[in-house]
Amino acid sequence: MSDVCIIGIGIHPFGRTEGMSGVDQGVYAVRQALADAGLEWPDVQFAYGASDAAGNPDTMVDQLGLTGAQFINVRNGCAAGGSALFSAQMAIKSGECDIGLAVGFDKHPRGAFDAKPSEYNLPEWYGDAGYMVTTQFFANKIMRYMHLHGISREALGRVAEKAFRNGEKAPHAWRRQPVPLDEIMNAPMVSDPYSKYMFCSPAEGGVALILGSEKKARELGKVPIRLKAATMRTRPPGSFEVFAPCVDIERGGSATNIASRDAFRIAGISPEDIDVAQLQDTEAGAELMHMAENGFCADGEQEKWLIEGLTEIGGKLPVNTDGGCLACGEPIGASGLRQVYENVVQLRGDGGARQVPGQPKTAYSHVYGAPGVSAVTILER
Amino acid sequence: MKAIAEGLFTDEAAPRLIGGRNRETGRIVFPCPANDRFEPVPLSRTGTLWSYTIQRFRPKSPPYKGPEAFTPFPVAYVELPGETIVEARLTDVDFDAIEIGMPLEFAPIPLDPDAAESVLIPAFKPAGAAA
Repeated sequence: MSDVCIIGIGIHPFGRTEGMSGVDQGVYAVRQALADAGLEWPDVQFAYGASDAAGNPDTMVDQLGLTGAQFINVRNGCAAGGSALFSAQMAIKSGECDIGLAVGFDKHPRGAFDAKPSEYNLPEWYGDAGYMVTTQFFANKIMRYMHLHGISREALGRVAEKAFRNGEKAPHAWRRQPVPLDEIMNAPMVSDPYSKYMFCSPAEGGVALILGSEKKARELGKVPIRLKAATMRTRPPGSFEVFAPCVDIERGGSATNIASRDAFRIAGISPEDIDVAQLQDTEAGAELMHMAENGFCADGEQEKWLIEGLTEIGGKLPVNTDGGCLACGEPIGASGLRQVYENVVQLRGDGGARQVPGQPKTAYSHVYGAPGVSAVTILER
Repeated sequence: MKAIAEGLFTDEAAPRLIGGRNRETGRIVFPCPANDRFEPVPLSRTGTLWSYTIQRFRPKSPPYKGPEAFTPFPVAYVELPGETIVEARLTDVDFDAIEIGMPLEFAPIPLDPDAAESVLIPAFKPAGAAA
């Protein structure tokens, strides 16, 4: 079976872009990715497109050209981008196609996501009572985690502080101003223990990845960035998820646990072999908990990792080198693909001021979302 | 005052939450799903705090139907021993006094305390505290 390679990448900067629709930002990213790959739109045999709130991705053929290419829309919560990428690589692995596109974009209104109970198979009263608020879950999850594993609130602050510092060095990031730790700690609270700097905001942006067979990558003369694994998993029994009116007393693993475990198995490597990681950080505690859920450290070790700077760009395992969701914001359809974009940049050595030193060879990405979905990729140069 | 939805609390002097017991596995969930696989069971009136946060901004309407004037409120998960961990508000407690592990008892509260005809929502108060 042929390895699948990422042969072109494109991004529309994240944040807020007045006058440009979500689809427009997706098209912008696709054109950039095609140019990066040295291809034209008619060369693309198929596409998978992810968007949560910005319309049907396949409508972009209006702008890209009516070539008749197969174009499948993916809507899968926060795992939408990961699901698009998973599906795209399968089409190439199967031998059916050799050049394809995974694209994701979104454009959300300001403020918290406005989820409705019916979309999650929940009773109406749950929304009436004020529980359709994602931040409540994230805050409850970290509060329990801090209690069990002795994590301080300052550790949360350190994650956010690093995010804005890394974001400053990433041209596609939204928040590009460093914020001092004490300002993060003392900012107004949104949902205890999180202050406003410790949550990401819904945002806008677009990302496109051109995938090709190994043979195609060689023909095009590209440094092959191999997609060694792409997994998407739903939740196991006993997990604690967004929008949960109840949780089992007997605790189980998470969707992240199994997506991660299976990705490492498929790639044939282990967490110690990863040189750079992008981990879902919709809030500061998520990055910290996901370090453990993805197998990079034990529960409770994060406090020490942060104090010693092990997740800094020059550290043992650089995490969220472009500032992650905290600095880039979260356009749901694009967010997971942004992580893969950033990993390709790092593996190519094109990271500029945020480049991980020592020519990283392996890169890991992870997203998590409602109602308990996770997607992981492992790239290798 | 009546509960925010049918089948959430028992109709007794000291009401209890109604969960659902899976007829095959015995697993208890809340609320009771409206299908044949689950049978309604009254849940424990007492439990311990499993986790919590303070909701500091007014949730978006729709779907939120609470009062326009917003005051922060605790959103908690409460472990009912041997049953399940339920999501509910906390009441009659200072935010600073909330501690994971604290004993709690069921005490439903009005969604809008200033409305004459408000509906009741699930809540817990510190065990033994006056109503």
